[in-house]
Amino acid sequence: MTTTAIAATAGTVPDRKGSATPSDPTFYVIEAEHHDHGTQSPTALGFWIYLMSDALLFATIFATYGVLSTSFAGGPTPRDIFELELVALNTAILLVSSVTFGFGMLAMERGETRRTQLWLAITALLGAAFVGVELYEFGKLIAEGATPQRSGFLSAFFALVGMHGLHVTIGVGWILVMIVQTARRGLIIQNRRRLLCLSMFWHFLDIVWIGVFTFVYLLGMVR
Amino acid sequence: MNDDSGATMDPQLHAHGADAGHGTLKSYWVGFILSVVLTAIPFWLVMGDVIADSRATIAVIVACAIAQILVHTLCFLHVNTRGEGGWTLLAYVFTAVIVIITIAGSMWIMYHLNANMMPGMITGEASQTP
Repeated sequence: MTTTAIAATAGTVPDRKGSATPSDPTFYVIEAEHHDHGTQSPTALGFWIYLMSDALLFATIFATYGVLSTSFAGGPTPRDIFELELVALNTAILLVSSVTFGFGMLAMERGETRRTQLWLAITALLGAAFVGVELYEFGKLIAEGATPQRSGFLSAFFALVGMHGLHVTIGVGWILVMIVQTARRGLIIQNRRRLLCLSMFWHFLDIVWIGVFTFVYLLGMVR
Repeated sequence: MNDDSGATMDPQLHAHGADAGHGTLKSYWVGFILSVVLTAIPFWLVMGDVIADSRATIAVIVACAIAQILVHTLCFLHVNTRGEGGWTLLAYVFTAVIVIITIAGSMWIMYHLNANMMPGMITGEASQTP
């Protein structure tokens, strides 16, 4: 699409009489048309770039955890403190929430506002349940004395899992905002664009969680 | 699987005039079922203590994680070669390379640092620091 716009611009260049001033409006019009065409797509791509930079943030925290994961300082090890039943529950919750958000996006595609909101509400509830289970786990660990201050392993663990939980919490807040937005304005193009970004954010967090449950919990229990 | 979902997605995109793929019902179900399988296998291996050799267990767990990340990317995020003229995929691949270098590189360096700086190996530790 962009290529044809540029070709059209190039085609008008020989027509002008050599002076720079009259040709300027021609370029301006095509520029504006190009801009208009891109009202939806730059946001999605820009948000995608943000998600990729967020992945780099998680990469640094994963690297920190990888380096510190055996620095127990005589404190508890993963085998002592991790409960895989809770992790399996949380994994299931987040995976189902990814699919319910997908169903919400399909309802949005069909223009069904109420159904979109219903799926968004279900997704928000699942996200809140995920955060609740994680806070319960954190509370239990801290009550057992496995606080972030205990060892390098626990500092890195709380930093990594806490950062993911913080993202999910923000995601739940964003879903609630979008339920209100769609209730007030319906599925207008702006809201569809926001929901598209939010869906990418939500699926991205599920991908990060695959890394967390694999490298932190499962590998921690095996080693 | 990718090509299949992409083929059904494309006309839908044009019909709605939307810019990015939201996938189809089928893509979400395929992704969900594959994810359940790829999650159940590693949890079953670890919780049931199925394989005695921990190295083999680790290999299977990591392979399942990589496979599941790819499934999520294709079925839920709908990354393909056509989205945004290929920029989505390019940014994704670039990020994956940087993530792998960051994590594997950090662990590699710090492992060797730890191995070479074990207590007792260097006697005059204080004198060597600049």
